[in-house]
Amino acid sequence: MARSNVGKRSHNNKAGYAFVFPYAALFTIFILAPVVMAVILSFTNFNAIQFPRFVGLLNYINLITSDDVFMKYVLPNTVKYALIVGVGGYVLAFLLAFGLANLPKAPRTVFALILYSPSMTSGVAMSVLWKILFTGDQTGYLNSWLMDIGVINEPIIWLTNAQFLLPIVIIIGLWSSMGVGFLSILAGLLNVDESLYEAAAIDGVKNRFQEMIYVTIPSMKPQMLFAAVMQIVGAFQNGTIATMLAGNPTPGYAAQLIVNHIEDYGFIRYEMGYAACVSVILLLIVQIFSSVSTRLFGEKD
Amino acid sequence: MAYKGHRINPKGFEKGQIKIYLMVIPMVLLCGLPIIFIFFHAFKPMEELFAFPPRFITVHPTLDNFAKLLKASRTGSIPLSKYFFNSILVTVAVVFGSLLFSTMAAYALSKIRFKGAKVMMQINQIALMFVSVAVMIPRYLIVNKLGMIDTYWAEILPLIALPVGLFLIKQFVDQVPDSLIEAAYMDGAREWQIYLKVILPLIKPAIATAAILVFQQVWNNLETSNYYINDDSIKALAFYMNTLTSTTTTNTVAGQGIAAAASLIMFLPNLILFCILQKNVMNTMAHSGIK
Repeated sequence: MARSNVGKRSHNNKAGYAFVFPYAALFTIFILAPVVMAVILSFTNFNAIQFPRFVGLLNYINLITSDDVFMKYVLPNTVKYALIVGVGGYVLAFLLAFGLANLPKAPRTVFALILYSPSMTSGVAMSVLWKILFTGDQTGYLNSWLMDIGVINEPIIWLTNAQFLLPIVIIIGLWSSMGVGFLSILAGLLNVDESLYEAAAIDGVKNRFQEMIYVTIPSMKPQMLFAAVMQIVGAFQNGTIATMLAGNPTPGYAAQLIVNHIEDYGFIRYEMGYAACVSVILLLIVQIFSSVSTRLFGEKD
Repeated sequence: MAYKGHRINPKGFEKGQIKIYLMVIPMVLLCGLPIIFIFFHAFKPMEELFAFPPRFITVHPTLDNFAKLLKASRTGSIPLSKYFFNSILVTVAVVFGSLLFSTMAAYALSKIRFKGAKVMMQINQIALMFVSVAVMIPRYLIVNKLGMIDTYWAEILPLIALPVGLFLIKQFVDQVPDSLIEAAYMDGAREWQIYLKVILPLIKPAIATAAILVFQQVWNNLETSNYYINDDSIKALAFYMNTLTSTTTTNTVAGQGIAAAASLIMFLPNLILFCILQKNVMNTMAHSGIK
């Protein structure tokens, strides 16, 4: 179609900039600039009072060679957490959405609402819930139930026990991980063209599993990618729950995640340059997960 | 019999769905029970909070915990109503600002061709991956440099640009046929008239969805009150409720009842808003993919 008259309009730079400006300005100041600053600060020594002093790669070198807490606890914890809550949560979100898509509308809507509701709580707002459930003596709900059915004989002090803290944080992470990504997958599943399934059946697809691999996922790759990004970002965002439950640092660094490490150095020790360096590592980790997802689901054209 | 391919979104109950119910329901319970627990706990009278062994269900519901929450706030220097006022002011400002700016930007990025539009969209897409807790410190430094510490601005401005919001709205604007805009343009409509009269009415589902997401960001936000505000009188409700649920108070059983009531008050607006707007969400999410 010829865009004759409209062509003039569609190359209207001035109007375009005017409409974008307010968002772009706030985006630049509060989202883009902080990321750029984090990268710059990561090459400095900065205590929040004196002007930052350039130290080159020193922070990164220290992080790798002499930060025992980071190497021994924070990094392994973070990787474990990201794999289970990020990747595991993503698979779970897909399976649940796949199940829901095969149910009639009424139960589907109710179930989706219930599954989504934990993610509305922003994790942190519900910390009281977990404190009550995981109370460390026999009056705690979990302890009382487990003792009732005879799994344990003595109450477990859940939130200070290094052995249980990380699993608890992971469970809470999974609990609240059916968020926007989950809804996106569900919507994607519901919009797959049904004639594709019929065609695939004729081509020899034999069961639902094959259908999922050969028909469903390929036809909703964009949603899969969006959901993957949301899932991994959400997982890291919720990582702060550990310190809400057990303080920072967590007992024996048992559930110390990379976000807690940043908080620790940034707002407790005021070593801002070092904290910024850890932030950059976090952004890189998210980036790695995202590029793997893009590899898997991105449309190659 | 040959496999015929199953139907997604069935109209009614079929036998084959039993399997699916068995798979989904345990997860639904796992997700739902903690939330129901908060409801029960918030309405428990003292003797049931103390009950041993602890009980999940509330037998004699009471508003005691809410009354105590009110009383607790009276002993502090700042009344609960002030925190409510702060939160409502900040939430309304952020949601309104965010929706206005995101829809404007989405319209321009999708329907007006200008230099740099593509790059801007790509940057926004990359920003979906930014974990905001990672950049707390530089953000604080910027807010500080702009002289916004201890003002409402510090609670409002940093939260307005929400990359997911813009992304979802832009994907939705993409669905509006160009011919509609061209027709309006030929009738002599200006850009802002097209934006107001053609685009906005057509993208209501995306606006509703973005509204939910922005609302959750600001209503639950602790970061702004914690780091940018020292003056207690302009801190948000989320901050106050969080002090109630912090370790010192939840160590006592009575404190737990109050904390549960506080959590419920914080959670309910999210739930209500989502229930009202949920129809729009699925409609918007259908276009949410990253290509």
